[in-house]
Amino acid sequence: MGSEADTGIESPDGAANPIDTEYEIGQDNIQAEIGPFGLDVHNPVFLISGLAIVAFVFLTLAFQESVGPMFNDLRGWLTSSLDWFFLSAANVFVVLCLFLIVSPLGRVRLGGADATPDYSYAGWFAMLFAAGMGIGLMFYGVSEPISHFTSSMGGIAVGEDGLRTDWAPLGAAAGDADAAFDLGMAATIFHWGLHPWAIYATVALALALFSFNKGLPLTIRSVFYPIFGERVWGWTGHCIDILAVFATLFGLATSLGFGAEQANAGLDYLFGISVSDTSKVFLIIGITGVALISVLAGLDAGVKRLSEINMILAALLLLFVVLVGPTMEIITGFFSSLLSYAQYLPALSNPVGREDANFSQGWTSFYWAWWISWSPFVGMFIARVSRGRTVREFITCVLIIPSLVCVLWMTAFGGTAVHMVTEGVTAIAEAGLPIKLFTMLDQLPLQAITSFIGIVLVIVFFVTSSDSGSLVIDTITAGGKVDAPVPQRVFWCTFEGLVAIALLLGGGLGSLQAMAVSTGFPFAIVLLMACYSIIQGLRTEPKAVGANSEATVSKD
Amino acid sequence: MYQKMLVPVDLAHVEKLDKAIKTAVDLAKHYKAEISLLGVGTNTPSSVAHTPKEFEQKLQAFADDLASKHGVSTKAVAHISHDPAVDLSKELVAKADELGADVIVMASHVPGIADHIFASHGGYVASHSDLSVFLVR
Repeated sequence: MGSEADTGIESPDGAANPIDTEYEIGQDNIQAEIGPFGLDVHNPVFLISGLAIVAFVFLTLAFQESVGPMFNDLRGWLTSSLDWFFLSAANVFVVLCLFLIVSPLGRVRLGGADATPDYSYAGWFAMLFAAGMGIGLMFYGVSEPISHFTSSMGGIAVGEDGLRTDWAPLGAAAGDADAAFDLGMAATIFHWGLHPWAIYATVALALALFSFNKGLPLTIRSVFYPIFGERVWGWTGHCIDILAVFATLFGLATSLGFGAEQANAGLDYLFGISVSDTSKVFLIIGITGVALISVLAGLDAGVKRLSEINMILAALLLLFVVLVGPTMEIITGFFSSLLSYAQYLPALSNPVGREDANFSQGWTSFYWAWWISWSPFVGMFIARVSRGRTVREFITCVLIIPSLVCVLWMTAFGGTAVHMVTEGVTAIAEAGLPIKLFTMLDQLPLQAITSFIGIVLVIVFFVTSSDSGSLVIDTITAGGKVDAPVPQRVFWCTFEGLVAIALLLGGGLGSLQAMAVSTGFPFAIVLLMACYSIIQGLRTEPKAVGANSEATVSKD
Repeated sequence: MYQKMLVPVDLAHVEKLDKAIKTAVDLAKHYKAEISLLGVGTNTPSSVAHTPKEFEQKLQAFADDLASKHGVSTKAVAHISHDPAVDLSKELVAKADELGADVIVMASHVPGIADHIFASHGGYVASHSDLSVFLVR
């Protein structure tokens, strides 16, 4: 890394220390006219990832019997035999993020010492939530605490081979309802709290740093400059970017496919709309259609506005449950769940010598692989909207606050539902995953209104994942350009919907989702290297105190 | 008749601007108008500049060069857009009003089939701005 004097690269806003590279953004791009439309795409990345996705869809559809189990076995094998690796890696990300908050490196400002934030806290926060986790909270907010509570109550069961057959976390809490509740909440928060957000924050921070401060293109490969040097512009980098596009598109398409099934079940429960392929395909077309309108309206008028609407709706629903539900119980529950989270955190995150293999491999390790496979997409989107924040602000807002919101959400929805179940409302426990939220809302007043808000939230959260995902894929496949011609993002958005429909009708959603989750493994390695890059990158940055500080340039 | 002329420039494709710039310079000389060169850049690194600040400097250099070559008075106006692929036209119109320009001279291409689906920047500006717009094709 050179200093400013010999690079010819002007400094960003205020002091910063850009990387000296011969690479010119867009130099590998091909700009072509296809029919009446202009194109500006990165040469190998766009074509190879597009073709690979088509090939995988065809292979899966054509050889379902052999390919399906193969991907599922691969995923199962990775999350069970490499559980120690996933658990350790996630711990590393949490430790790194917490360290950056307190370390002096946290004073580095993304975009240079004098950069000012692009987005207000509200808009920024709405976007990072809507892209990363919103949809999961809708589905698992009620069901996961119930699952862990029930399995903990059931206690430890040992099979004939001496292995545990129960799915309870840690040592379970047979018959002790209070202890099982605490353990269940702790396990749920563990899966939705610090660890997933640390994974997202690590990727996002690395991308933001290397793009805004170091002047490299906004694409995943740039993070690896400190490790691979100029080679990131060659095939090493192509592979990283292609893998990112692959994981993102399949992650989005399969969750869109499953999401359509779940939304259909919800609509059936609420309005009696029959569960059929036709309704699901219409749902996918509808979601993709709204996402298309959103990407055509752009980042500010489309994606951001939709995320904000969603945030307000989600906040209203949360507020409603807190006020109309058992208010005091939820408020005290928030603190007691936080406490039990802190209490069980060391045991839950312990990567080796676990006795609760079903839980640590089937739940935790699977979740970690899943979050990691989503991280290129969510991380890159967070990075794009985070310019102008200091590292400390960034980590606080991407790690600490979302984790606290998740705790509140899980307490309000999950905790309340668990109490309902223990009080004898068996309907919630018996309901299928997609309609658990609605059976829970049924127990509260005004269920017609709240359920309607619930289903709207589910559908719009899919839209906000789909539109931000299309922007991310478009940027990666355009070699880091954010101003590529509009037809390209239309292409990716439509492509995602088509892949979802093909997999839904042809079968193969499950196997390709397993495939997408499996990419969590190579990405976990990639992310561990990114940790090194972040530290390296931050150490060569001058530190800023305020928005317009005259920071002194530290010469390396 | 005109005092302040707005000329949007795309620094990534300077070679395509020749005719529009020539037109703008001739008009500016005739009416003794000032040329505001409006460049729309991004926050993320692009082929033109790695940072918004570098973008500003490059635009300034372009404006200075034009002024010294043709003896017209120029001003560089850099605007950073969050999503230029979509927002560019809208921002051009807004920026022209903000700067108090009285005429816009900009390069555009001959309309094709695609322009019925995705409006060209020139076409959008001509139909949405209150100002006189000179599209150079």
